[in-house]
Amino acid sequence: MYSQGLINSDTQIEESQEFLDAFQARIDAEEKIEPNDVMPQAYKKMLVRQIAQHAHSEIVGMLPEGNWVTRAPSLRRKAALLAKVQDEGGHGLYLYSAAETLGVSREELTEQLVTGKAKFSSIFNYPTLSWADIGAIGWLVDGAAIMNQIPLCRCSYGPYARAMIRVCKEESFHQRQGYELMMSLAQGTEKQKQMAQDALNRWWWPSVMMFGPHDAESTHSDQSMRWKIKRFTNDDLRQKFINATVPQATFIDLKIPDKDLRWNDDKEGYDHGPIDWAEFWNVVKGNGPMARDRITARKKAWDEGEWVRDAAHAYAEKRRAEKIAAE
Amino acid sequence: MTKTTPLWEVFIRPRNGLSHKHVGSLHASDKTMAINAARDVYTRRNEGTSIWVVPSISITASDPDKADENFEPSEDKIYRHPTFYDIPEDIGHM
Ligand SMILES: [Fe+2]
Ligand SMILES: [Fe+2]
Repeated sequence: MYSQGLINSDTQIEESQEFLDAFQARIDAEEKIEPNDVMPQAYKKMLVRQIAQHAHSEIVGMLPEGNWVTRAPSLRRKAALLAKVQDEGGHGLYLYSAAETLGVSREELTEQLVTGKAKFSSIFNYPTLSWADIGAIGWLVDGAAIMNQIPLCRCSYGPYARAMIRVCKEESFHQRQGYELMMSLAQGTEKQKQMAQDALNRWWWPSVMMFGPHDAESTHSDQSMRWKIKRFTNDDLRQKFINATVPQATFIDLKIPDKDLRWNDDKEGYDHGPIDWAEFWNVVKGNGPMARDRITARKKAWDEGEWVRDAAHAYAEKRRAEKIAAE
Repeated sequence: MTKTTPLWEVFIRPRNGLSHKHVGSLHASDKTMAINAARDVYTRRNEGTSIWVVPSISITASDPDKADENFEPSEDKIYRHPTFYDIPEDIGHM
């Protein structure tokens, strides 16, 4: 028996077919891969990319909602929103930590975000124009995120899977508070109902796009499924989301803004109208209405926090020096 | 004066896919001996698939006397739980 460090990221191994097959056999046997296991470089790269994007999305996702904390119409709603935004910050932390087990540093990841190099979910590039948007985000955006995250709890990479279990557990109130908020607006005055409908109109398609391009156009999808990072395709997840959400809209008498939406008995699911992929790619490329604001806000927070980080380091250093002097 | 042997905390992953869980501690002169001893003491009956050892001195713990002030504040924040929100039965699971 021997001991070794936890993160084995620099071990270079020759990736022979035999090695790749053995790795695939572990995956096929539903074994979890852990940080100090040998793994193909491409597997590691795919994970770092996905987990980092996921982490950035949690962090940037605090901005559109944080924007409404001080304007929440009641203490109940304010407490709920504050608790939700706080959770998202924690989700970012769990995910960054999972990425760090693969040998990337937090500093690198932060740098990528504040310089605008990192990608994050296209949904957070849309503005939150009214209070009803907070309901729509909880109901639709968190609803879509949950669809995506539940299968990730069974992802082949141990630290990612375990982080997702924690996230999913915390996530469960996010969608409920959003739907409850939407329901109270939809059952309120005519004006409130209109607000709710307007929010649904603006957030529906961006939420449907959150699942990413159609399977035929999704570049990394096959390999990701083989390595069991992903368990369902983008279109499968999108379909599940639509099937679950349409009756929820009907129940509160709101209309999904898709004239082609109809139940299809054969596939036991809803058919939906065409998705505006030009808009999706435009947003992904960083041209969304709020793209620049989101990055600017993150950079401002990071820059303005520098003195706090410096002061903490200086204080720790001083305490260390005092302790040595006392010994 | 006799030299004391350092104390180590032992964490075991009980099954593939689960996180390591604290199982106990032991004395050993260095990390390799600590791992060996942990294997001999804590995994004799198939208890695990992986071992971590951490010098006990490296662990910082919260103050047990402050448990109330540390953890009581989360008790009244019932809005952090899904059941706080009223979702009609007809909607089913959400
Ligand atoms: Fe989240
Ligand atoms: Fe959430």
